[in-house]
Amino acid sequence: MSRAPFSGIGLLLFACLATSPCIGGELKDLYFGEALFYAHQGHFFEALERLDTEVKLHDALDEPELDTLHYHIDDAEFSLGDFELRYRMHHRAGRAIKAVLEGAVDEVIRNDAAYRLARIHFQKSQMADAMRALERIDGEIPASIRDDIEFLRANVYLAQGKPADAVGALKRLQDSDTFGGFAAYNLGIAYLQDGQQEAALTQLDRAGQIASDDPAELAIMDKSNLVLGTMLLDAGEYDKAIPFLNRVRLDGPFSNQALLSSGWANMSTGELERAVVPWSILAEREVTDPATQEAMLALPYAYGQLSVYGRAAISYGRALDSFSAEVDKLNASIESIREGKFLQALVREEIRKDKDWVIRLRSLPETPETYYLMELLATHDFQTGLQNYLDLADLRRKLVAWQTSFDSFDEMVDIRYDHYEPLLPDVDNQFREFDSRMRLRIEQHKMLVQRRDDLLTAPRPEFLATPDEQAVLEQIENIETRLQGFDTLAADSAMQRARRLKGLLSWTLETQYHERLTTFDRNLRGLDEVMAVAQKQYDQYVRARQAATHSYVGYEKPIERLRAQAGQAVDKIDLLMARQGRLLEVVAIEELVARRGRLENYGDKARFALADSYDRATQSQARRDEP
Amino acid sequence: MSSLIRNLTLLLLVSSPAASIVAQELSGNDTRSLDGQVQEIKSDVLNIASELGVLEERLLYPSNTQLAVFVSMADDETFRLDSVQIEINGEPATHHIYSFKELEALQKGGVQRIYTGNVVTGEHEIGVTMIGKLKNGKDVNQSNSFVFAKGVKPKALGITLAGQESGKSGIQVGDW
Repeated sequence: MSRAPFSGIGLLLFACLATSPCIGGELKDLYFGEALFYAHQGHFFEALERLDTEVKLHDALDEPELDTLHYHIDDAEFSLGDFELRYRMHHRAGRAIKAVLEGAVDEVIRNDAAYRLARIHFQKSQMADAMRALERIDGEIPASIRDDIEFLRANVYLAQGKPADAVGALKRLQDSDTFGGFAAYNLGIAYLQDGQQEAALTQLDRAGQIASDDPAELAIMDKSNLVLGTMLLDAGEYDKAIPFLNRVRLDGPFSNQALLSSGWANMSTGELERAVVPWSILAEREVTDPATQEAMLALPYAYGQLSVYGRAAISYGRALDSFSAEVDKLNASIESIREGKFLQALVREEIRKDKDWVIRLRSLPETPETYYLMELLATHDFQTGLQNYLDLADLRRKLVAWQTSFDSFDEMVDIRYDHYEPLLPDVDNQFREFDSRMRLRIEQHKMLVQRRDDLLTAPRPEFLATPDEQAVLEQIENIETRLQGFDTLAADSAMQRARRLKGLLSWTLETQYHERLTTFDRNLRGLDEVMAVAQKQYDQYVRARQAATHSYVGYEKPIERLRAQAGQAVDKIDLLMARQGRLLEVVAIEELVARRGRLENYGDKARFALADSYDRATQSQARRDEP
Repeated sequence: MSSLIRNLTLLLLVSSPAASIVAQELSGNDTRSLDGQVQEIKSDVLNIASELGVLEERLLYPSNTQLAVFVSMADDETFRLDSVQIEINGEPATHHIYSFKELEALQKGGVQRIYTGNVVTGEHEIGVTMIGKLKNGKDVNQSNSFVFAKGVKPKALGITLAGQESGKSGIQVGDW
C-alpha cells in the first residue's frame, strides 16, 4: 500500500489543530480587545493591522509600563505571530514566534510558542525543524494544547518515516477527547507503515467502531473501515473485506468509494446479485464523482455476468449518455476557464459572504467554469493557490478603496487650508495682543503674590492704604515738607495739625492692618481663580491654534508616499494575481482534461460493451426462439 | 475488464484526490515561489494599512477631540445581543445590529469599537440602548445614560453589557 494517502491524511487533519486566540486574565487594553474581536471572526488582516499598530505605538513609548497594553504585551506579541500564521504569513509568523521564544517570557507562553513554531515548520514540510521546535517544549504545558502537541509530534514522526516513534505518541492519545478518533486511525496507519500488518488491521478495526456523533470523527471512522476493506480486497480476502466496507455510512463522504469496492468484493466472491445492489445505488448518485462513473460501467457488467443482456445494454446506453453529457460539460468548463471566467467567478465577493460559497458557486446556473470546483479543491496545491488568489483579490479591493481615501484626504486638507489660511493672520495678530496683555497680568499677579508674602513676614500697613488714604498721606507729607523751612507759631501749629492727621491715618492703618491683610489675601485668592480660568482659556487657545495648523500641515508627504506605495502594491498584486490565476487555470484545465480523457475512455468501453450486450441479447433471444 | 476497473478503483483510492501528477509537480514549485511573494505583499499592505490608520486618526480624530466608544460583553454572558444604539449629548451617534459571528466574537472576549468621533473638552452625556434576548426567551430592552468628562487626551469609553434578569441595569460604562 502506498504511503501517500496516510501522510496526506496527517496534513488534512492538521486543520483541526488550530487553537482559538485568547488572553489570560482580565482585559485591560481595549485596543488589544478590538484586535481579538476581529480575530475571533476570522478577519485576521484587520486583527493584525490593529494589533501591529498598537504594539508599535507601545514599543515607541518612553514609559511603556504606563500603557494599558503593558499588561498584555506578551500575549499581544504572541497573538501577532498567531494571527500571522492564520493569515498564512508563515515567514513573519515564524519570526514573531521565534522572538517570543527568545524573549524572557513565562514557561507556558514559551511552550505554546514552540508548539506553534513547530506547526509552521510542519506546514512548510520542514520536519527536522518541526521536531527541533517540539524538543524545546519543556516544563509546564498549557492543558489546551497538550494533546495537540502529541498529535503534531506523531504526524512529524510519520512524515519523517519513523512510524515506530509515532506509535508511542499516538498510543498516548487514544483517550483524547479532541483527537481520539483521528489518533486511532493514525495509529493504524503508523502500524501499517511500520510493517506490523496484524496490529494495523486490529487497530483500524477498532478505529472503525469508535462511538461518536461528531461529523469529523464519523468521517474518520468511515475512512478507517474503507482503508481496511480496501486492504483486504487488495490482498484477495474478499469475504473479510465486505463487512468493513458495509460499515461505511451510506451518507458519509467515503460512501461512494465504499459502495464501489463493496460491489467488487461481492463480484470477486461470485455473489453477482449482491454486487448489483451497491452499484445500483452508486450509479444513481452525482455523475461527476469518478466512483459513480465507474459504477455506471460496473453495473451493466454485472448484469452481463448474470446474463441479463437486455438490462445490461440499457444500462450501458445510459452510461454512454451520461458520459457524453459529462464530456460536453467538461468541454464547456474547460472553454469557460480558458476565457478567464473561472477567476472572475472566484472573486465575486457577494458569493464568498456565504460560508458554503464553494457549493453555491458550483450550483449557480450558467457557470460551467465552477462546476468542478469542489473536485479541484481536493488538491492541496490548488487549495493553497486558490486561497492566495482570494487573499490577493481582497488586498487589491482594500488598496483600491484606500486610493479613493487618499483623494478624500487631499481634498479635506485643501478645504482646511483654504478655510484657515486667510483667518489665521488676523487671529495671530489678536493673539499676540492678547498674549502681551496676558503676560503683563501674569507679571502683575506675581508681584501682588510676592507683596502679600512679604507683608506676612514684614508688616507694612501703608501698603494696604486705600487710594484716598494714600492721597491724603501724600498731601500731609507734602505739607510737612513745605512747613519744614518756617519757624513761626502758625507754622508750628500747622505742623502739629498735620502730624495729628498723619497719626490719625496711621492709627486707622495700624488698627485695621490685619483686617485689611485678610481682605487683600481673600481678593488675591479670588484673583488666582480668575487667573487660572484665564490661563486655561489661554492654553485652550494655544491647543486650538495648534490643532488648526495640525489639521492641514504635514499631511502632503505621508499621503503622497502612501499613495505611491498603494499604487505600487496594486501593480505588484495585479502581476501576482495574473501569475497565480494562470497557475490555477492550468491546474484546473489539466485536471478537467484528465477527467475528460478518462470519461472518453469509459465511453469507448461502454460503446463496445453496449454492442457486445446487444449481440448477446440477440443471440440469447435467438436461442430462446429456436424450436 | 473487471481487473482493469478494480485496479483503477484502488489507484483512485490510494492517490485520491485524483489529479494530474504532471500538473501537481508543475504547480508545486511555482506555488511555493508565488506563496512567498504573496506573503511579502501581504506584509507590505499591512504596513500601508497600519500607517494609513495612524494618518487617518490624526486627520479625522485629533487627540484633543477624539472620543472612541467600545462595546464588550460581561464574562460568561450568553444572552443574545441583537443591537446597540449610542447617543452622544442626546444626538444619535451610531447603532449596530450584530451578526452571529460578531456576537460570538464578543462572547469570546473581543471588544468592538462601535464609534469614533469628536467632542470638545468638557462634560458630555452618553446614552446607550441595547436590545436582545435572554436564554429563557425574555426580551431585553435597556437604556442607560452616563456623564463623562472629555479632557485634552483622547477619550476611550468601554461599555460592558450583561443580560441581567434582575431590575439592575445590564449596561455599565467605564473610563479607559
